[in-house]
Amino acid sequence: MSFAENLMNGTNFDHKSLNALQKVTLRAVVMSFLFYGLVAIEGMIMRMVSIGPANPLPEMFSHPAHYFSIMTAHPIVGIFGSTYQLVFAAFMFLVPFLTKKPLYSVKLANFVWLMITIGTGLAWIAAFVWQYAPLYTLYWPLPADTEQFALVGGIVFILGVACIMIGTFGFIYNIYATIFARVGVHKDKTTKELLISGFGIDGMLNLWNKLRGKQPYSKEPALALPVVAIFRGTVDTFLDAVVILGAGVLVLVYLLFDLGGAPLNVATVDALLYKNFFWWGLDLVADGLVLIYVAGSWYLLATLITGQKLFMENVARAALMLELLVSWMVWSHHLLGDQGQPEMMKLISGEMVTAFELLTQGLALFITLVTLWKARPLKMTMELKYLLGGLVGFGLAIPAAIIQADMGMNRVLHNTQWIIMAHVHIALIVGLYMTLYSALYVLWPIVTNNTKMWSSKLSNVHFWLYLIGGIGMGAFGGMAGLDGMLRRHLYINGEFNTYMILAAICGSMVLIAWAIFLFNIIMSVGIKGLIGIFLPAEDPTASYGIEPETIAENNKA
Amino acid sequence: MTFTNSVELLAFHNVAYTIYAVIIISVIAWFGYNLTRENKAKSVVRIPFYTYIAFLVAGGVGHHIFTYNTIPWVSEDITRHEAIPDATYHFEIAKHQWKLPQDKITIQCGEQVMFDVVSHDLMYGFGLFRQDGTMVMQMQVNPGSRNDLLWTFLHNGVFDLTSTEYSGPAQYSHDGKTDLMRVKKYIEIVGCKEGGGK
Repeated sequence: MSFAENLMNGTNFDHKSLNALQKVTLRAVVMSFLFYGLVAIEGMIMRMVSIGPANPLPEMFSHPAHYFSIMTAHPIVGIFGSTYQLVFAAFMFLVPFLTKKPLYSVKLANFVWLMITIGTGLAWIAAFVWQYAPLYTLYWPLPADTEQFALVGGIVFILGVACIMIGTFGFIYNIYATIFARVGVHKDKTTKELLISGFGIDGMLNLWNKLRGKQPYSKEPALALPVVAIFRGTVDTFLDAVVILGAGVLVLVYLLFDLGGAPLNVATVDALLYKNFFWWGLDLVADGLVLIYVAGSWYLLATLITGQKLFMENVARAALMLELLVSWMVWSHHLLGDQGQPEMMKLISGEMVTAFELLTQGLALFITLVTLWKARPLKMTMELKYLLGGLVGFGLAIPAAIIQADMGMNRVLHNTQWIIMAHVHIALIVGLYMTLYSALYVLWPIVTNNTKMWSSKLSNVHFWLYLIGGIGMGAFGGMAGLDGMLRRHLYINGEFNTYMILAAICGSMVLIAWAIFLFNIIMSVGIKGLIGIFLPAEDPTASYGIEPETIAENNKA
Repeated sequence: MTFTNSVELLAFHNVAYTIYAVIIISVIAWFGYNLTRENKAKSVVRIPFYTYIAFLVAGGVGHHIFTYNTIPWVSEDITRHEAIPDATYHFEIAKHQWKLPQDKITIQCGEQVMFDVVSHDLMYGFGLFRQDGTMVMQMQVNPGSRNDLLWTFLHNGVFDLTSTEYSGPAQYSHDGKTDLMRVKKYIEIVGCKEGGGK
């Protein structure tokens, strides 16, 4: 097949053979990776600006209004447009796949990806057109500061965020409605049984009974462990959406009153109290749903790759419950630099409870590694490679955050590049995305009806460029942070240019890796196939029938 | 062991974290290599599960115990409400402009000073930076709540003051070349020995 033919038609991809569930999954995946490209370009622009006068970009990118509007859009596009979209797509496919039940509503799944796409687009437009730039933290009263920002920009931005959150509620409803549907294997289960399993209480009772020498509470839990993780993580997703939407409504009320010519007094909202409220919710993403979803994904991938039962499954179930409780109590580590924050909250929530994340994530890492180890020898497939990459990412990123979640360290590290690069970017780019790439390689044949990947060489190039680039960018950025470089500050005079040049080189590797990955995917499904994904499915089936056990066969050495 | 300023602390931290990073990457690489081998690798060391858990708990808690005992500004910060500082400096911020207590501040080595900052509009930061760009310390400055930081300087130096928290693009000149909140060489510490201390 010629290159042009391949580009148009792909390898053996036939979009007409896909059912409704497969198509809606792929639509969200496509949007997610397009947003990923946008976020990588934005990141590279900011990195280039930090290089200083030698950077080849037009001067406008160094103007503060422009630079900080990019910095505002960057996490919205990255976290919601790309990551949420990809995770939601994967889970709305996986829950029916693992429970062997149909998705509650394919229409709702379509609504979810559309709302998140529109919402992300609106937030991006608000930053691009009106240079609305309060950053994603929305520290009060900055988002309502109409002396610095155009009113209309603020309103469009908040409407965008609201669309994303409404889409998020759609995802939550779809997931729980699917889990609680009493059909198929759950036909005879009660809601109580599903709830007990969903919260991992059965795992705890099993452990408790084992300690007392009694029979297990439940030999065969109602829900598979990865579904439990999705169930548990989605609790945090809900709470987080409520808080972000609540903050959005507050900002919108102030902006609308301003628009009406009767501005409200911003001082009536206590900035520190608001910050506590907002960080409680926002932290449910970083220290809640991400960690729980990731732990669940590791367990799923380890069991799918090995075809064996998860090592210490009851402990894993109980740990997920612990992780949920921990995630509700750790937000104060974001306020260690706020002197009005009570010292006890800094000490207990900010330091001690936060340190538990070392335990919960360390446990997830251990259980995953032992499950893989017990099944060796394994073939070094792409999914296994990416899973190991994901483990490295979190192995690096979690301690980097724990180090800073300390009153002594925070005094000299808060708001520096350390936390955003050595922790956040390594956790997201290396830890989370490599886990998601692993899931993508596992699910690829199932979601695309055994479409052959165009080039395994390109898959490998993508892996190494991405791994080295991701770790390198985080490491050099983190070093700049140790040398005093602030994270939310404009440096255009080349103050930290050695680190920034090295970080930019590594960032370019991540960007090139994304382009290679996208090219490989387009060559596999073809442009016709890519368009076909967005055409209505002829087969309305909302479930997928392949048994998970078949995946393990491909990973056996 | 005591860290007397951020340079010493972060240099130690840099080395410790780099060693850790090399170890974790190597362990996963070794693990990945052995996952694929037909001949099963012998464990280099057997770590019982509960020892591993104890290690994680000790790491999480021990880190804070270590920093509390080696970083002097931790206990100073927690008990600052009971302290009687040698000097207190009051700062105010409104519309991205500082209202400074005096033209320049000179502090004697070992003096315990309180920085008390009030914001009249937005959330800012209060940070001191050495001439090589490294950070001495910082705090957040919230409008409507108390922002006070007690500090003892144990090394000579000349520090710039700026806001460490983003408060909108108005902090900078239009071309981005100037941080309008940066007050150059505002604080000078004198009277310390060469290696630090009085």
